Amino acid sequence: MPSSQVLSQTKTAPLTFQELLFRLQSFWAERGCVIQQPYDVEVGAGTMAPETFLRVLGPKPYKVGYAQPSRRPADGRYGENPNRLFRHTQFQLILKPPPVNVQELYLQSLEAIGIDLSKHDLKFEEDNWEGPTVGAWGVGWQVMMDGMEITQFTYFQQCGGLDLDPICAELTYGLERLAAFMQDVDSVYDVVWARDPETGAVVTYGDVRLTEELQYSVYNFEDADVERLWSHFNSYEAEAQALLQRANALMTDEKASAKEKMRFPLMSTYELALKCSNLFNLLDARGAISVTERVGMIARIRNLAIGVAKVYAAQQVC
Amino acid sequence: MADFLLEIGLEEVPARMIAGAEAELGRRVNDLLTRERLLASGANLTTYSTPRRLAVLVEGVLASQADTEEQLTGPSWKVAFKDGAPTPAAEAFAKKAGVAVAALEKITNAKGEYVGATVKRPGRAASELLAAELHKEVLGLYWAKNMYWRAGKPERFVRPVRWVVALLDSAVVPLEIAGIKAGNASRGHRVLHGEKPVVLAKAANYAEALRAAKVIVDVAERRLSIRKALDAATCTVPGARWRQDEPLIETVVHLTEWPTAVLGDFEPEYLALPEEVLVTVMRDHQKYFAVEDKNGKLAPHFLAVLNTQVDAEGEAIIRHGNARVLRARFKDARFFWDFDQKIPLADRVESLKNVTFQKELGSYYWKTEANLAVTRALAAKMKAASVPFDETALLKTVELAKTDLTTELVKEFTELQGIIGGLYAKAQGLGETVAQAIYAQYTPTSTEDAIPKTIEGQLLGLADRIQTITAMFGIGNAPTGSKDPFALRRAANAIVKILAESGLPLTFYAVLETCDADTINKEQVAAFLRERLSFYLKDVRGFAYDVVSAVLAADADDVRDAIARAEALTAARGSVDFIAICAAFKRIKNILRQAEEKGFAISSLMDVTLAPEAQQLANAAAALAPLVMELRRQRAYDEALLQIATLRPVVDTFFDKVMVLDNDPAIRGANLGLIDEVLRGFSGIADFSEIVSA
Repeated sequence: MPSSQVLSQTKTAPLTFQELLFRLQSFWAERGCVIQQPYDVEVGAGTMAPETFLRVLGPKPYKVGYAQPSRRPADGRYGENPNRLFRHTQFQLILKPPPVNVQELYLQSLEAIGIDLSKHDLKFEEDNWEGPTVGAWGVGWQVMMDGMEITQFTYFQQCGGLDLDPICAELTYGLERLAAFMQDVDSVYDVVWARDPETGAVVTYGDVRLTEELQYSVYNFEDADVERLWSHFNSYEAEAQALLQRANALMTDEKASAKEKMRFPLMSTYELALKCSNLFNLLDARGAISVTERVGMIARIRNLAIGVAKVYAAQQVC
Repeated sequence: MADFLLEIGLEEVPARMIAGAEAELGRRVNDLLTRERLLASGANLTTYSTPRRLAVLVEGVLASQADTEEQLTGPSWKVAFKDGAPTPAAEAFAKKAGVAVAALEKITNAKGEYVGATVKRPGRAASELLAAELHKEVLGLYWAKNMYWRAGKPERFVRPVRWVVALLDSAVVPLEIAGIKAGNASRGHRVLHGEKPVVLAKAANYAEALRAAKVIVDVAERRLSIRKALDAATCTVPGARWRQDEPLIETVVHLTEWPTAVLGDFEPEYLALPEEVLVTVMRDHQKYFAVEDKNGKLAPHFLAVLNTQVDAEGEAIIRHGNARVLRARFKDARFFWDFDQKIPLADRVESLKNVTFQKELGSYYWKTEANLAVTRALAAKMKAASVPFDETALLKTVELAKTDLTTELVKEFTELQGIIGGLYAKAQGLGETVAQAIYAQYTPTSTEDAIPKTIEGQLLGLADRIQTITAMFGIGNAPTGSKDPFALRRAANAIVKILAESGLPLTFYAVLETCDADTINKEQVAAFLRERLSFYLKDVRGFAYDVVSAVLAADADDVRDAIARAEALTAARGSVDFIAICAAFKRIKNILRQAEEKGFAISSLMDVTLAPEAQQLANAAAALAPLVMELRRQRAYDEALLQIATLRPVVDTFFDKVMVLDNDPAIRGANLGLIDEVLRGFSGIADFSEIVSA
């Protein structure tokens, strides 16, 4: 179906991929959010970045937004599928506690990126979220616009195995699909990433990322050495477990001072757990995890995540 | 009298939960008003809902409860008054009753003279009572999944409560729900009305006021308007019709506040994909209605129900956006279809080791092996009974039945398991028998659904389910109460339905015999199957409760035989003689029970001379028994029951003239022996004592 049928979206050029991110960042910054940079350790979703996983724990209010490249080895398609990516970008927002007008704010953010709500069909459809490797779950919606999911909206109830109080709202905008929708292109690789304001020359998502999608798929599905992956996994896990053991002794030690407790390298421990999670995903993409192993592997990662969450919570009350 | 309106404003409630909650809220409000004597006679209660609200309007609420009077009885008069002066006992009673001592009365009853007090309780105002009680009813609503949202977690509810309207006519009822104070301001459609409040001047105007704010609060009205919108949109394609789909209608009714519909197109090339795939993508993933041409064939269009009303430009944008999403999904489906063909089903058996069936039992590879063992045993029984079927095809079917679980298409559209396998089997030239049996293996999915058409499909359906049930019972996963996480009741219902409707010569016992399980396990499963048979006869076939009890008490192993006996018994129930026989059998049972309780011995008929009436019954019974037995063997149940009914005169005379529990132990024993033999001899078709006379 030729896209020239649709007039309104061509009246003003839709936002480029990067403008979309700028606008979302500005919108939420203007509403009091900390705008963070993408986290520099591999994660499968924005939820696993510490700005979400750790900040939602404990009583302190926090508002943060950040773009997070998210890696899902099994979703890679060698750059051949127009909608599926090994690495996509989520704009992740945490509002803790959620303001009473959180949905209205969200709708305003859509208008801020140039969506005229009076010309679209919008529905909040039930979609609950559960992350077994991080002991987290929540209830919420997938926000559907003209039949496409544009945002995942979750009220976190539990994280790292801990009940949350206050709870928080997590909004996850899928930037690639949102951009493809707004630019009305059928392939994510045709999304305009940047446009030179002087020459009008464009750089597409494909220009920036196509080759690496191909190469990552080759590694994830063909080259990743299964035995080494296992050995990396075991080694990261052992280090994390050793740290957690020290932390547990320290946190329950009545003679230990608050200062000593705060010195415990929680973030580094968490990063080791994240490494395990990414290695698990790689092993999974290689087809190296059997049914029986799978359940056990998820439990091993969850144990690390829950251990980290407990230590973080203990540090919060130091 | 006043009109009472309650509206709870919520963030979008899951569509699947709304109808139940709306009905429950109506019941709770009605029960509260009834309990508190606030409902005027002839009052009318209407419930409303949209994704963002639940509401109840009651026309005919009393302004306040009627005043009541209660008579309290206190201590005896002598204790309360000494020489006409009140004692501390009188004062204490008056205080407790809340009346002045001077207002105490003397009550005389059968026991003597006592102090009494008449307590007048003024009725409480409706507004006050609702403010005190109603929030409990609202927060007591059942939700399949709840959440916390406020700090300190004071309550759980389906989604955050954002506003509350509570009005008695035009006065706000000062109640508070989940920290929200009730007012008179509702909210309209998110986009079409915006954030400005919708102030309700009075309760009765609710639906009209919301309509002006672009919200149709009446569910039936929205349903009708969706149907009309679908009709109108479909009209633009000559000869086309939209596919009726009640569950989908219900879903979109509960996803919209102001529904409209738009018709869009997809490229006809996608019609080359199986219809099942296209319809599933449209219905389950996009909530679109499918469109068919005048011959009932799928047409390259779809219908989306919108939660808004837009101008022509907006409609073009929305149509285009939805078509874009659908095209991408169809493209994926076609990619998966082509991709899956690279590895035929026959080469996928090994990879079933990577798909979990149940974590304690094993993978689908294990499941396939287990199904094969059961199927071989079933096949042997079929051959012994000379049932015609293709054994090679059957075993091939069972071997490949679960392999579609490893295909990309089933991973993407899990609801198409079996169907995809069948379509692939056909495309891969495995033959019609194999393809059909794999395709239909999960049918019947409900009591209304048809059973597989072929014997191979029926045998796979039986083998797969009985294996699952027996294995699950074996590891302690039998359903309990409302908990049936593995849907074993549904599986057992399907077994009963297949046995009932297929004509396969199999009893529960024969089916169970094919499974690898210990005796205790099998006995539990047999009891479970009998319970499902009882459900089937009552709820699916509509037999009367007592008929089902009577039939199953005689035998509950052969499904079709049980149906035949239930039919005969239902027909026989119209006969006066037969009902009398049933009553007599009940009497026989009672007498035998009494005799057992008293320890009376039962002796054989040979030893004593019976009373003539008893001898007559003995003769009649002895003459009839072989005939009835033969008729039972032939399954000529109508005739058998007619014959049994002919016993009535001798049975009646027997009970008229003979004292069964005679004082002479020898005669008593013989009488008991006689009725015991009659009971046993004629209870093979049904336990007639279970039949309740109308």
